[in-house]
Amino acid sequence: MAEITRLIHEYLRHDKKFPHVWCPGCGIGIMLGALIRAIDKTGYSKDDIVLVSGIGCTGRLPVYVDFNTLHTTHGRALTFATGIKLAKPRLKVIVIMGDGDAVAIGGNHFIHAARRNIDLTAIIVNNNVYGMTGGQYSPTTPYGMKSTTTIYSNVEHAFNISELAVTAGAVFVGRGTVYHAKLLDSLMEKAFAKVGFSVVEIISHCHTQFGRLNRMGTAVEMMQWQRDHSVTVEKAAQMKAEELKDKFKIGVLVDRELPAYQDEYEKVRKWAKGTEKR
Amino acid sequence: MKEGKTGIEVSIAASIAAKLARVEVVAAYPITPQTHIVEHLSELVANGELDASYVNVESEHSAMSACCGASAAGARTFTSTSAQGMELMHEILFIASAMRFPIVMAAVNRALSSPLSIWGDHSDVMAARDTGWIMLFCENGQEVVDSIIMAFKIAEDRRVLLPVMVNLDGFSLSHVIEPIEFPSQEKVDAFLPPYDPLYTLHPDKPVTMGAYGMPELYTEAKYAQEMALIDSKKVVIEVMDDFGKRFGRSYKPVETYNTEKADTVFIALGSINENIKTAIDMLKEEGREVGLIHLRLFRPFPSDELIAALKGVKRVAVIERAMPGGAMNSPLFNEISSLVHSNSMGIQLNNYIVGLGGRDVNPEDFHGIIDDMLSPEAKKETPKEEKNYRVIGVRG
Ligand SMILES: Cc1ncc(C[n+]2csc(CCOP(=O)(O)OP(=O)(O)O)c2C)c(N)n1
Ligand code: SF4
Ligand SMILES: [Mg+2]
Repeated sequence: MAEITRLIHEYLRHDKKFPHVWCPGCGIGIMLGALIRAIDKTGYSKDDIVLVSGIGCTGRLPVYVDFNTLHTTHGRALTFATGIKLAKPRLKVIVIMGDGDAVAIGGNHFIHAARRNIDLTAIIVNNNVYGMTGGQYSPTTPYGMKSTTTIYSNVEHAFNISELAVTAGAVFVGRGTVYHAKLLDSLMEKAFAKVGFSVVEIISHCHTQFGRLNRMGTAVEMMQWQRDHSVTVEKAAQMKAEELKDKFKIGVLVDRELPAYQDEYEKVRKWAKGTEKR
Repeated sequence: MKEGKTGIEVSIAASIAAKLARVEVVAAYPITPQTHIVEHLSELVANGELDASYVNVESEHSAMSACCGASAAGARTFTSTSAQGMELMHEILFIASAMRFPIVMAAVNRALSSPLSIWGDHSDVMAARDTGWIMLFCENGQEVVDSIIMAFKIAEDRRVLLPVMVNLDGFSLSHVIEPIEFPSQEKVDAFLPPYDPLYTLHPDKPVTMGAYGMPELYTEAKYAQEMALIDSKKVVIEVMDDFGKRFGRSYKPVETYNTEKADTVFIALGSINENIKTAIDMLKEEGREVGLIHLRLFRPFPSDELIAALKGVKRVAVIERAMPGGAMNSPLFNEISSLVHSNSMGIQLNNYIVGLGGRDVNPEDFHGIIDDMLSPEAKKETPKEEKNYRVIGVRG
């Protein structure tokens, strides 16, 4: 059996949930492929994986895959996931969010999960808009761009999701694009292997809403835009600030060791019980 | 806007109504099926057609909070939401009413998760019914436009100073195109003068809002608020009458349809009333006389008007689009039951839950309800089971 066929049979609930809701050409499908390949590589059994999502086009993803899945409410995926992790620390809990989920309505949870360094992997599809509800502005809509609620021009400045995660304390932060599918595989594998709060930001396109409003062309053209505006972390280190002006970095942005929430908590318990000395 | 009727999507019409009311601040977060209202408003503000500030906040909790701030600073304030969004606002809904902010919100009614549903029912507003807001329900698009304009006049009246929620059903009303007549700006301006707040945050005359209410004061504060809400009915009626005189479309808190000859009536909220009227007309053709009592005002509850409407009625089918959540009956039924029993009216009351999560309700369903009410089983005073209502069309 071809590898791709095996993966499809193994991981997709193709008999129940297809056709999917995504527009033809949407980047979320590419991200789903990377996710499945990365999980397959880790060797986790399907039953040990929990996918938790919020609401949105991205949030629909867990419906299609054969893991434990929890489709929560818009913005609350990380908090549901925190509960799961506390109750069943053995499970690998992966949280799938859109940019709206992660840094608009759920922004508070995002910075606090990172600060707490709880052992979760957050996968964020950043398509610069609220795709599902019709292309309204999100906190990642770039300044000066259009959305259905900033129909002439957005006057606010966008969050840089990865930098936010770094500053808030995530131990692993990687950024990729759906153009760079292979990079996504490797970023996800690394994130899954990390203990603590890990983040993979995926720059994607919503050609149906954001692309159309901003005349950015087809899905393919928007992926070419991703190719032309991204620079690897390694290459960026050799470039001048001037050359990096309209570029964003892809690759591993942070990979650091910090004690994870559960381990710290266990330590305190032992001290409190007196079974271990401080 | 041209004279006469325009075919227009009701959501767009709702945003035009807010514009005609010259709202000054709009804070909103998008959620289906409310999106077209706020998208259109954001456009009207951005292109200068509406001289207001619009902010795309990061959640509904922030939307209602920002509305409270704007209202505290003396601005005429508008927002809109649905379902989960209304639940996320819940905390601040109480703040808006208790701080007496005359905010107007178009609530595009939708089912609550889970299971996830974007379709219409009344579970969102019913979960917010006791937040101290005045609540109007609309049957059609024209009523949505007129109600939004009236809502500001009611809310800002010095005798009221309370927020008003204008409820319109998601999709079945928000997304349909209806012929709607827009009043002229001059006429709306004459009807609705600029908002003149009683108290506002102003550097020249500082006030404290939302201060601590110690046990010796809290009850009085809440009592005063409750009295203002109850007394607001007078103003609602006054405003509806005034609107009728000026614009030729008159409304009442409670209205009836075909009740003259009928001793069996439906009572319902929202756009389903149009379906019920169709069913009533069909029943009439079969020689059966059934009526409708249509509640346009839900909070404050229009008891006197309902008592008057219920004169001579023997049977009432209370139709509701929300689950009772463990109560004996659905919320509207409980209110009517309390009214009927405390006034010893001796009316047979039956409770029917319909149209949850966008489920279609057909004229045949209403025929079935009438047959059910006339069955010997339905007349029994006490229910056999704990469940004192029927869910129409439920499987399993
Ligand atoms: C409390 C609440 N408010 C609003 C919504 C409506 N809503 C559903 S998805 C969504 C935005 C989705 O945007 P994003 O998270 O970026 O995901 P995308 O669709 O772009 O993948 C919104 C506003 C909701 N479901 N719940
Ligand atoms: S609306 Fe945008 S984000 Fe949603 S499926 Fe279509 S292209 Fe993808
Ligand atoms: Mg998005």
